[in-house]
Amino acid sequence: MPLTLILSRAVSAIVTLLGVMVIVFVLVRVVPGDPVAMMIAPGATEADIAALRAHYGLDLPLYRQFGVWFGQVLHGNFGTSISLKQNVLTIILERLPATIELALFALALAVAWGTFIALLSTAWRDTWVERCIDGFNSIMLAVPDFIWGLTFVLVFGVLIPLFPISGRSDPSLNQNLTTQFFIIEGLLRGRLGFIWDVLKHMIMPALTMSLPLAAVIGRVLKNTLMDVMVQDYIVLARIKGLSPSRILLQEALRNAAVPALALTGVQFTFLIGGTVITERIFSYPGIGNLAVDAVINRDLPLIQGLVITFGTLFIAVNMTIDAMTAWLNPRLRHA
Amino acid sequence: MTNLSRRQVLQLGAAGLLLGNGLHITAAHAEGGTVTIAYNVNLPSFDPTTGLSAVNPTIQSIYRSIFDQFIGQKPSLEFQPGLLTEWGWSEDKKQVWMTVREGAKWHDGSPVTPGDIVWSLERAGKMDGGNPIAFIWSKINNFKIDGSKVTADVVSFEPTLFKWMAFLTGYVMPKAYFEKVGPEGFEAKPVGSGPYMVDQFERNAFLRLKANPDYWGGKPAFETVIYKFVPDATSRVAEIESGSSDVTVDIPFEEFDRLKSKEGLAGVSTPISDIGMIFLKNIEVMNDKNVRLAAHHAIDKQAIVDKLLRGYATPIDTLEAPQYAAFDASIKVGYDAEKAKELLKASGFGTGNPAKFRIQTTRGLKPKDYEMVQAIVGMWRKVGLEAEIEVYEIAKHYELRAADQLAPAAFYNWGNAIGDPTTSTGFAMFGPSPHSVWNTDDLDAMIGPLWGEADEAKRIAGWKAVDKHIAEEGYVIPLIQYQQPILHKASIKVTPNIAGSPEPAQMSMA
Repeated sequence: MPLTLILSRAVSAIVTLLGVMVIVFVLVRVVPGDPVAMMIAPGATEADIAALRAHYGLDLPLYRQFGVWFGQVLHGNFGTSISLKQNVLTIILERLPATIELALFALALAVAWGTFIALLSTAWRDTWVERCIDGFNSIMLAVPDFIWGLTFVLVFGVLIPLFPISGRSDPSLNQNLTTQFFIIEGLLRGRLGFIWDVLKHMIMPALTMSLPLAAVIGRVLKNTLMDVMVQDYIVLARIKGLSPSRILLQEALRNAAVPALALTGVQFTFLIGGTVITERIFSYPGIGNLAVDAVINRDLPLIQGLVITFGTLFIAVNMTIDAMTAWLNPRLRHA
Repeated sequence: MTNLSRRQVLQLGAAGLLLGNGLHITAAHAEGGTVTIAYNVNLPSFDPTTGLSAVNPTIQSIYRSIFDQFIGQKPSLEFQPGLLTEWGWSEDKKQVWMTVREGAKWHDGSPVTPGDIVWSLERAGKMDGGNPIAFIWSKINNFKIDGSKVTADVVSFEPTLFKWMAFLTGYVMPKAYFEKVGPEGFEAKPVGSGPYMVDQFERNAFLRLKANPDYWGGKPAFETVIYKFVPDATSRVAEIESGSSDVTVDIPFEEFDRLKSKEGLAGVSTPISDIGMIFLKNIEVMNDKNVRLAAHHAIDKQAIVDKLLRGYATPIDTLEAPQYAAFDASIKVGYDAEKAKELLKASGFGTGNPAKFRIQTTRGLKPKDYEMVQAIVGMWRKVGLEAEIEVYEIAKHYELRAADQLAPAAFYNWGNAIGDPTTSTGFAMFGPSPHSVWNTDDLDAMIGPLWGEADEAKRIAGWKAVDKHIAEEGYVIPLIQYQQPILHKASIKVTPNIAGSPEPAQMSMA
């Protein structure tokens, strides 16, 4: 990717992030729910309430509040959480790895499943297999993710108890890890039993998040594969006597992957957004679950920190997808 | 006969392994000296004396497992010695005295001293120290230590001071350790003197506690306690039904009824110190006494309890539940739809010309809150009251209440784990209180003198008179006393706690 393109993307990302900061700052202050009102003691006087408001800087005009907060953020200080009484950045960095590992696992499942059903329905086009897959795809898209989550809890948590319902690891295990990247650090330390336990805890939430994305990937990839399969070079490959599976996997798939990859990037950001509900259902200790508590408690510094984190993740994902798309499609490198 | 390929055999083997491993998850926890509790709220902070979590009643059972209160409280709400073995006022009520328990230890092995008691009280009383109840703790100062006895001067007489020592923020903190590690260090590795010690904590996931072998009250029955934080009620039901947890609380009554009779499970549901009520605000039609009383008489609380809450609640007529100090069984309002119609007719209202107002409520914050309000609005409609329901979040309720901008009627739930009238009728109905909604001089004139009343019998009688006056004037509509459904494995004995959630130290093998 040319340097100018990288620079323009970086500037665009910074502007987007600034916009996110302004919008979230204003939004959390205009929506109903005053954090100070939730903290008022039974015997508090007007002076006590005013002191509490001043303590959190909520007595200042909105533009000054933003100025103070923006200045702090530029110095890497996201403030102190009202409800958790700890540094916001510390809290987020502690919980972010759990969400990243879950989202990547869900993405891997979605890509694998989506690719599999796309290949299957292309290979068996115009048969009952394709019709079944299309029908199943429609169901995966139509059912909201939280319904999938509750269904998995009931089926694989209660009726056929295959997987744990809540948490990220078995509470009776000693974690003894330095970082919160359980899978990565577990791999480096060779703790396969612990990794297996973490994966078991991740399977149901990851499946919940991955099903709608798998359906989208499957549908887009199948349509692109159908177009590719009638191209001249595919016909040539057939004439050369290459096997159908080799044509599909080696010739068609790579060329059909670019649109699906671009779409996956966009959908992946939705998947990260979906962690809020999914993590809550499965009591998974990531930033999505944290966000729900932050909103319930009207913890303004934490809400702001989380929205910036989500915004940064979205931008990072989109930039990564742009780079990968360009790598796969040489014409885009010079766009 | 079907021939299986090598690959298929391997796939089946993997599936079998997965199934076997999965089933292993459901192994009973309690049998290994561990009790696992699927809990309904997260633990935001380990400091039980500052910030929002310090005044969250649901978290107190966790705090009480790790820390000791100045004064203990039995599950029946009765007070008992805690780290203070004796306490009281001087004759002239100008001083308090407290005797500190000897032999109690912090989890790091150091002794609990009278200095810890004094430091904890002084810290709690600093108005800028972040303790939400500082207004109570600041009413004593000038502490003196003489052996195991602590005395302090009374700044202004507060009759409920010692009751608060068993309530929100009334915890003893380790002076030397806290000063050494600071607030952030304390959050990272908390030290208390309670029956359990913190072993491992993963925010929003779980808290693992180990029994304190040196606990002054004796080592608790379970060696390990695991709190799984499961805010979603459906997931809590699944936790207990799958056998992944041993105890859970606050599940829908329908699920409670379904599961408590299931083999291997048991359920207990007893009244707790939480009540449901409708705040009335002295605006619009609520300024009319006939409308207020009609609104109260028109509600068939027993029907709501029986049909909506499946019997798991008790109708109440004042803000004092039967277990509270100022409960007066003689104060009755009662369901009387005909009387409600007559009262409304006297003010010119009827079904053809209803008195109109708004009622605000949460939806899903408490069991059947919205459904209860819907039922009440239906009952009101039949007598000539037309209420429009407005649903809001609890945060909005607090904001509106603090700004004195609630609707003429607003559903709310009020907790009072020490059962004193000041912490129920007092803060809910006294005009200058930031939590009150009704605001008239007659009521404030009755309540005002009771705050500092030194004669306990006179004080309680005074509050009963206030409750009677409120009922006669219809200044608030008390509805029900809630029950806490606790579902647990039949192999475990759980003692219900009127103060709210059950405490692990009060659990044992059946």
